[in-house]
Amino acid sequence: MSARRPPEPVGVVKERRDRALQRLVSGVPYIGFLGIEFDRHGDELTAILRFSDRLIGNPSLPAIHGGVTASFLEVSALIGLSWTWLWEEIEAGRLNESTGAMPRLPKTIDFTVDYLRSGLPRDAYARARVNRQGRRYASVQVEAWQDRRDKLFAAATGHFLMPKTPGTAPDTAQ
Amino acid sequence: MDDPGHDHDANPEGNPVPKRQDIVRIARQFIGAIPFSRAVGMELREIGEGWARITMPYSAELVGEPSTGVIHGGAVSALMDTCGGAAVMSHPTGPVSTATIDLRIDYMRAATPGQTITAEATCYHVTRSVAFVRAVARDETGETPVATASGAFTLQRATSGRLGARSSGSVENATQNEEHRSAIP
Repeated sequence: MSARRPPEPVGVVKERRDRALQRLVSGVPYIGFLGIEFDRHGDELTAILRFSDRLIGNPSLPAIHGGVTASFLEVSALIGLSWTWLWEEIEAGRLNESTGAMPRLPKTIDFTVDYLRSGLPRDAYARARVNRQGRRYASVQVEAWQDRRDKLFAAATGHFLMPKTPGTAPDTAQ
Repeated sequence: MDDPGHDHDANPEGNPVPKRQDIVRIARQFIGAIPFSRAVGMELREIGEGWARITMPYSAELVGEPSTGVIHGGAVSALMDTCGGAAVMSHPTGPVSTATIDLRIDYMRAATPGQTITAEATCYHVTRSVAFVRAVARDETGETPVATASGAFTLQRATSGRLGARSSGSVENATQNEEHRSAIP
């Protein structure tokens, strides 16, 4: 925590957070290709997969492609983890999210997806939880649902290698 | 995972086994009928009994790390998942549909930007209703694979009346994994 300063106007804080998130997400072509967006409330992120016909894996049902589901979960995990990792930097105004180069994303070491139900032809949502984030390695869980929050259609867990940079090393974030 | 002996050649219960050309044809349709697989340019290159090879060309849309141009892991997962499904569908027991139960991917190195990714999957064991699959993804350089995968898939057999019947309508009460894709276009 920094020394006492007058609190920043809410608009300034929100704009900085949204800009950082936007920079993080828009830099990744595959996220745009799949049509994934992020909703932010404070530090909580919800990934949204907008349904489109080309995401279909089984035309006869129809259902979302298993690989799309896996990709959606992995994107949610990666962005969620980066977000958690960078949060302190963003809050402290040290990220330079307007003009500076964004730090690299973590690298996926392994990723395991549980397919619980078929993905229906409509929007899907996902939230990631960083279970552990060390200086080098992180473990992240993700849940994805469609109509009902407590009725998951897929879940995943993955391990990630953290990038070496971003200025300072935010330790045990949570 | 458990691997209690390979029985690729087995034809239990004397089920009618589809002809090889039919298997190849069905498998090609399997890929061709999948909108997402088409959108990323997946192509079935070769298929054997419980075995498949599928390629995915490099594309700027699939990039996950803009500073390096490396393809996103999720795209590689999608390729492995599709290839795994194709391997199950081509199993000599002649399944009518399959769906992924779970899939674990190990990312061993970044794929070289600009290169086609080739996945090979083997369905190394099947039970009455489950297929076990391993897969490897390579680019055009080096010995080390880009990624390996292992997973379990559902297996619906043509003649097993109970589960084999096409469950067209009720996605809602899907037990689990009511196929997120099937072979029948």
